Amino acid sequence: MKQKFEIIRSSCVPLKLDNIDTDQIIPARFLKSTTRDEKFYGDNLFRDWRYLPDGTPDPSFVLNDPRYGGEILLAGQNFGSGSSREHAAWAIAGYGFRVVIAGSFADIHRNNELNNFVLPVAVSEPFLSELFDTVLADPSAMVEVNVPEQKVTNLATGRSETFELNSFKKYCLMNAMDDIDYLLAHKSEIEKYEAGRLH
Amino acid sequence: MNTLFDKIWDAHVVQKIEDGPEQLYIDRLYCHEVTSPQAFDGLRERGVRCFRPESIICMPDHNTPTQDQDKPVSNPVSRAQLETLEKNCREFGLTYYGMNTPDNGIIHVVGPEKGLSLPGMTIVCGDSHTSTHGAVGAVAFGIGTSEVEMVMASQCILQQKPGTMRISIDGRLGKGVTAKDMALYLMMKLTTGGATGYFVEYAGSAVRALSMEGRLTLCNLSIEMGARGGLVAPDETTFEYLKGRQYAPKGEDWDKAVEYWKTLKSDEDAVFDRELHFNAEDIPPMITYGTNPGMGMAVDGCIPMSSPSKPLDYMGFRPGQKLLGHPVDYVFLGACTNGRIEDFRAFASVVKGRKKAGNVTAWLVPGSWAVDRAIREEHLDEVLEDAGFELRQPGCSACLAMNDDKIPAGKYSVSTSNRNFEGRQGQGARTILASPYTAAAAAVTGVITDPRTLDVDFK
Repeated sequence: MKQKFEIIRSSCVPLKLDNIDTDQIIPARFLKSTTRDEKFYGDNLFRDWRYLPDGTPDPSFVLNDPRYGGEILLAGQNFGSGSSREHAAWAIAGYGFRVVIAGSFADIHRNNELNNFVLPVAVSEPFLSELFDTVLADPSAMVEVNVPEQKVTNLATGRSETFELNSFKKYCLMNAMDDIDYLLAHKSEIEKYEAGRLH
Repeated sequence: MNTLFDKIWDAHVVQKIEDGPEQLYIDRLYCHEVTSPQAFDGLRERGVRCFRPESIICMPDHNTPTQDQDKPVSNPVSRAQLETLEKNCREFGLTYYGMNTPDNGIIHVVGPEKGLSLPGMTIVCGDSHTSTHGAVGAVAFGIGTSEVEMVMASQCILQQKPGTMRISIDGRLGKGVTAKDMALYLMMKLTTGGATGYFVEYAGSAVRALSMEGRLTLCNLSIEMGARGGLVAPDETTFEYLKGRQYAPKGEDWDKAVEYWKTLKSDEDAVFDRELHFNAEDIPPMITYGTNPGMGMAVDGCIPMSSPSKPLDYMGFRPGQKLLGHPVDYVFLGACTNGRIEDFRAFASVVKGRKKAGNVTAWLVPGSWAVDRAIREEHLDEVLEDAGFELRQPGCSACLAMNDDKIPAGKYSVSTSNRNFEGRQGQGARTILASPYTAAAAAVTGVITDPRTLDVDFK
């Protein structure tokens, strides 16, 4: 959903695992829907970790832990690997997350998050590790993500780190504009390119 | 002093946005039924048509059943998704290869075999295994649905240019070792995120020696080590494969195209952001033991003692365990990774004169109807039938179990597909990735078996 980003202050949901693939974020059997109904995907976010085979919530999974909540998901390295399914980003957004802070992101999923106004924030290993420590010790601990300054701050410790976001994407996020809006406004350049091609 | 990747990419840049992505022109967009409906909806909402509809090729593959394709699809949600693609193609005037028609199959199998994917092209699809098409010497990569909509609307995509990595594999692959083993070996070495941010060029004598089918398998799996894509410089193998294919240039156009394609290689002094070298002789037949494709080992190896417990608990394995002789319940031959004719030849060469083990359920799914026809022309279907196997109809099938081909919970599947993620082949299913040789060896012995220990005439 297009929404403007400025500063987000929120508690976090810690999911301390590396290589979380998009099949876990949203299993393939939920990809048959032809709509973009974020609630449907959000309801099935991490479906097979979140629910036991009998359909009841698995109390050991963090999304079912009443102590944790907020608009920020914390995860380990290589978040969103595997399938290109944008449904994974829809599920994350549909659940109510606006930011994912992780050690690193898989390329396609990172783009999918950005295109759905979910902000992927890649942080260093020590910073991530401290964030997990803070949040696991105090589930109400707040983290601030400042988009204009590209800065993420662990408010409990005061430590902060800058994160990467190119100016174009930053402008898009802060102005609720997407890539297609941009491309549709630049049709003449595309035609010029086509006319000048050698091969 | 340019890399092959730079040459193709740079020739497609419409413009560079300052401190932002590049606007990249796309030559070919493939669409299947799963990742396209919301993109078509987006076009309707914006009131725009496809900018270059002739460049877009669509076909269903993920939901298609692999039996009784002539009958209505039983699952109503799958059926609705299949029908939506057909309707959208009609509304937007796009080429559509319907289910159970001679042109249909898995999109990444059909594209190269019809000559729709050609050297020097930029190719995208809402599917991470679009990297497959890099085998013809193209820049091909998977994208999300919003990006599919971008390409439909403008024939362009905004992308950050990835870094360049060259992986050179020199020497000769051993007997019974395939491109699949090569890829599983690379993933084991690099891990599942080791090539994130890079576009890989595969080089070296062992890569050059691969057939087109082998290169397609290798490039297909680039995404499994995190790479944006992978490609192989086009050469005589490429030209020979493409010549005469339906959409390949003909006559004088062909000669001109080949002349250009011959220039598509990295310069002698090209500088890559990262270079890796491996020896083909070091690569054994591989299997996976965990829940991502980077968790691989030699088929006769032991699970590393340092393996994390969550994946091993899911798989029902323990550190240090040897998997040779471990019982197998299912064997799956197919997918965009290993659903081509060469894969069926390899499988048939192992099962020839042997019988399917009684404890194994085997699903043999050709990647396309063209592959199915080739299997029958070569009479491989008879070899397979004599050994107790039957062919199913083309589609993605048990690779991601969106149709009825689901591996039951707790069962072990030796699969030639690309992912062993939790639940990938069905909720609770336990996937062991392997080559067609190793899958065939498991299918006839009923246990994990090193194919080299069977008396087989390996090609």
